[in-house]
Amino acid sequence: MGIVVLLIVLPLVVACILLAVKSDSIRAPIVIGAGIAIAALSIVLAIGNHGGIIHELWQSPGTFKLGGVQIATENAAAGVSVAMTVIGAIMSIAIIVLGIKYKKILAIVLAIIQEAAILWFELSKGYAIEAANTAAKNYLYLDNFSLIMILIIGIIGSGICIYALGYMKDFQRHAAGEKDRRPWFFFLLFLFLAAMVGIVVSNNLIWMFFFWEITTLCSFLLIGFTRTPEAVNNSFRAVILNLIGGCAFVAAIIMMGMHPAIHNFELSNLLDIGTQIKAAGQGGDPVFDTIIGLLAFAGLTKAAQMPFQSWLLGAMVAPTPVSALLHSSTMVKAGVFLIIKLAPCLGISGLFAIGPGFMVIIVGGATFLFASFSALSQSNAKRVLAYSTIANLGLIVACAGVGTAEAVWCAIMLVIFHAVTKSLLFLCVGTAEHRIGSRDIEDMDGLFGRMPRLALFMIVGVSGMFLAPFGMLISKWAAMQAFVDSGVLWALLAVIFGSAVTLFYWTKWLGKLTAIVANRTSIETGVNRTEMAITGLFTAFTLIVAITFPFFSGGMIVPYLGVTFSSVAENVFVALQSSDMIVMMCLVVLVIVLVLLLYGSNRKRVMPLYMAGLNEGDDLTYVGSMQKDVPVTLRNWYFEDLFPEKLMNRIGVIVTSAVLVLVFSYYIYAATALGQYLLSGGAGGGAA
Amino acid sequence: MFVFYGDTISLFQVLSLVLYLVLAPFAGGLIAGIDRKVTARMQGRVGPPIVQPFYDVAKLWKKEPVTVRTGAQDFYVLCCLIFMIIAGSFFFFGFNLLMVIFTLTTASIFLVIAGYSSNSPYAQIGAERELLQMMSYEPMVLLTAVGFFMVNSSFNSATILTSPYLSIQYMPGLFIGLVFVLTIKLRKSPFDLSMSHHAHQELVKGLTTEFSGRTLAQLEISHWYENIMLLGFVFLFFTNGSWLMVIVGIVVVIVVYFVEILIDNVCARMKWQFTLKSAWIITLIFGGGNLFVLYYLRGYLWMASQYQ
Repeated sequence: MGIVVLLIVLPLVVACILLAVKSDSIRAPIVIGAGIAIAALSIVLAIGNHGGIIHELWQSPGTFKLGGVQIATENAAAGVSVAMTVIGAIMSIAIIVLGIKYKKILAIVLAIIQEAAILWFELSKGYAIEAANTAAKNYLYLDNFSLIMILIIGIIGSGICIYALGYMKDFQRHAAGEKDRRPWFFFLLFLFLAAMVGIVVSNNLIWMFFFWEITTLCSFLLIGFTRTPEAVNNSFRAVILNLIGGCAFVAAIIMMGMHPAIHNFELSNLLDIGTQIKAAGQGGDPVFDTIIGLLAFAGLTKAAQMPFQSWLLGAMVAPTPVSALLHSSTMVKAGVFLIIKLAPCLGISGLFAIGPGFMVIIVGGATFLFASFSALSQSNAKRVLAYSTIANLGLIVACAGVGTAEAVWCAIMLVIFHAVTKSLLFLCVGTAEHRIGSRDIEDMDGLFGRMPRLALFMIVGVSGMFLAPFGMLISKWAAMQAFVDSGVLWALLAVIFGSAVTLFYWTKWLGKLTAIVANRTSIETGVNRTEMAITGLFTAFTLIVAITFPFFSGGMIVPYLGVTFSSVAENVFVALQSSDMIVMMCLVVLVIVLVLLLYGSNRKRVMPLYMAGLNEGDDLTYVGSMQKDVPVTLRNWYFEDLFPEKLMNRIGVIVTSAVLVLVFSYYIYAATALGQYLLSGGAGGGAA
Repeated sequence: MFVFYGDTISLFQVLSLVLYLVLAPFAGGLIAGIDRKVTARMQGRVGPPIVQPFYDVAKLWKKEPVTVRTGAQDFYVLCCLIFMIIAGSFFFFGFNLLMVIFTLTTASIFLVIAGYSSNSPYAQIGAERELLQMMSYEPMVLLTAVGFFMVNSSFNSATILTSPYLSIQYMPGLFIGLVFVLTIKLRKSPFDLSMSHHAHQELVKGLTTEFSGRTLAQLEISHWYENIMLLGFVFLFFTNGSWLMVIVGIVVVIVVYFVEILIDNVCARMKWQFTLKSAWIITLIFGGGNLFVLYYLRGYLWMASQYQ
């Protein structure tokens, strides 16, 4: 418990210190030291706990010692709850004030609705329900999945913060003359880390909601960091969409308080009830389904699933470390984290059963398909990465929606691989952007000649995203197997067609990187040392994770599934046979060995390229008709006519919105039909 | 019999792996030779001797080694050959079909990257077209593997080979779809976009424009390995453990290949849009449709197996 709380408090303290630090020479050691400390703490935590049991961390009734003073956890928890209510209200006021300043009515309205609802509920019912509940309470918890998330946040997240040191130095140079707001920037980064750890260890959903709101606010402020009109607009789009999810979260909390069978706000309790309902084979409680549906909905907005995908695309205006953080280890991962947590309550009972599982699978599957289609026509590297993130989160969400043990295995594997690989790619693009002055893939033509090391890192990242034997592909393969096993055929079709397109857009990028263009000189010198070091480290992680993933599976994920799906036989936890995993591991090693042994050992005579006319000898121009020199330019293929971005987005939005409307109107219908039940339930919950 | 990470491995699997590694290049080369001979006869020519592909490769091997730029493309082609052999080995050893397909994809990606890395205009356009072809056929190939799983309850080719279910009986749509995309995979006209055996290629030799000597020979050998494995896929539709079906399977494989040659010779090349659209539509209708039927059948099959 100590380390978990420390992992929330330490980034918070560091954030506050950084807010006061103006000089870069003082900031650098603090950020690097804090980053290493956070990473080390998360590793220590992981080594200490990997039993896969829910550790009752901050259980009440009980006591703990603080500076030699015995404190009852009940009092401490009540104190923390009050503090959270107050800080939560301040955060909402901040959004409202900014909304008034930039005249964004929708943001103001949503912030008011959300804050009013949660305040009203907490003051009138919430505290009373908490106080009346005399059963043992777990405010915080830690299990293997939280541990994996903490490792991702602690290692990848802090790595990105360290990378940001060098990046922001260049950023400030490019924006010469403007006020240096880096203290604010680093404050938000570390605050983000603290909030993420909070989300993954909160068992009390009101606490989780508090941390959830911090991530919303942080992302809002980080996206709007540059304060250009575009950044401001995009940041408000992000906050509006996330506030819609926040409102759903609040609604779920209120309904939990009203529901006669739930009585409290504990996630573990909610999951137990869901598992019981599933085991009993009934699934006929629309109010319970609505609670799960609302929480899943909140997760979908945070994970930038269609129809809410636009905020993540808009988030590109922020400095690259922010994108890396949002896409890989924080923010969107909070959304999928919640949905994966809910997986035991999801799943589909029949082919046409309209439940939260149904909603989540369709939204995830459609998002995967249409986000992949949209990526096809993009040449902006960050946009390709953004669509790829949206698509992969869709796959994770769909896996969680299937809700079987093996599907959840795939979802967690995808979370790990995606976090490592996507952060690497963002850092590569960020560095390339500062050196070549463009984030367009076409401008990365022949990057291998200009920035050999960076290109190599980028090649590893791109390959890691889609190619066998690397991680993302293995998880995708496992996901296919899980979809087949559970008979979700249309999700399978979405994955298969989406993957075919994925293959195309990654390979054409890879092609641009690997092309050996004549007369290119290296411009790699001058890249910040910390930037290069972190990018290299993440490259190593990508390879190491691809080789060691069977150990992650056996040591951490399978025990977690054993607790979560206790009624399922252990041999069906993993979608892949262990022999297949071992073979894939060997192939990764083979690829590395092949590259090390054979790449670049050319003893052949070099000939000029074949061209339409006589090659001038430099491989870049040829003699065309009328004896004119014609320079050769090569451009990639973008299919704007077959896969137009706008249309693909629109179809995706229409499909997913239709499903969301369908599912929630069904709930409203079912809830009205059971109005009496709800009413009596509401009274019962209040009285308890 | 021995055990490898929970998998029981039979002597038969080892034998078939060794036979594939040794014999596939010969069989593949012979098929290429027969292909050229039959094609020539269809066009009213005498054609080269059947062993001509072996002469060609031997000659390529002895050519002066030349390359373009840093020679990175030669490395990628070698990787393509290695991964192609690995993919085929997985298939004939009896591993998971999805793993076979993904390894095959990796091999093809190495080839595409080889085309890109030369930075030659023809090779790069060829590489992009090859990618388009991959995007066209990949979904159908994956759906076929899923179909095999639904019928035989296993993705492993060894299990499918000995399972008592005759796959073609349950997967006629998937079979038609696979034969359709096989035309793309074998780069036969009307889908020979990325490189062509015919003289009417407007992209010179497309993807392979800058390859020469041993590199080109390696690519040729990798095609031989690949074709044998693809025909193995077709054969897998006709296995139910009986010898009679082995003979039927071999006959069907021969017929399918003949049909591919015929299509190659009677069709003019179509635009790339046609390749993508037709392949995906066929995949959805024949592949997807067949799978949905199978999904309902699967319950019955499972019940039937309980009463055996």
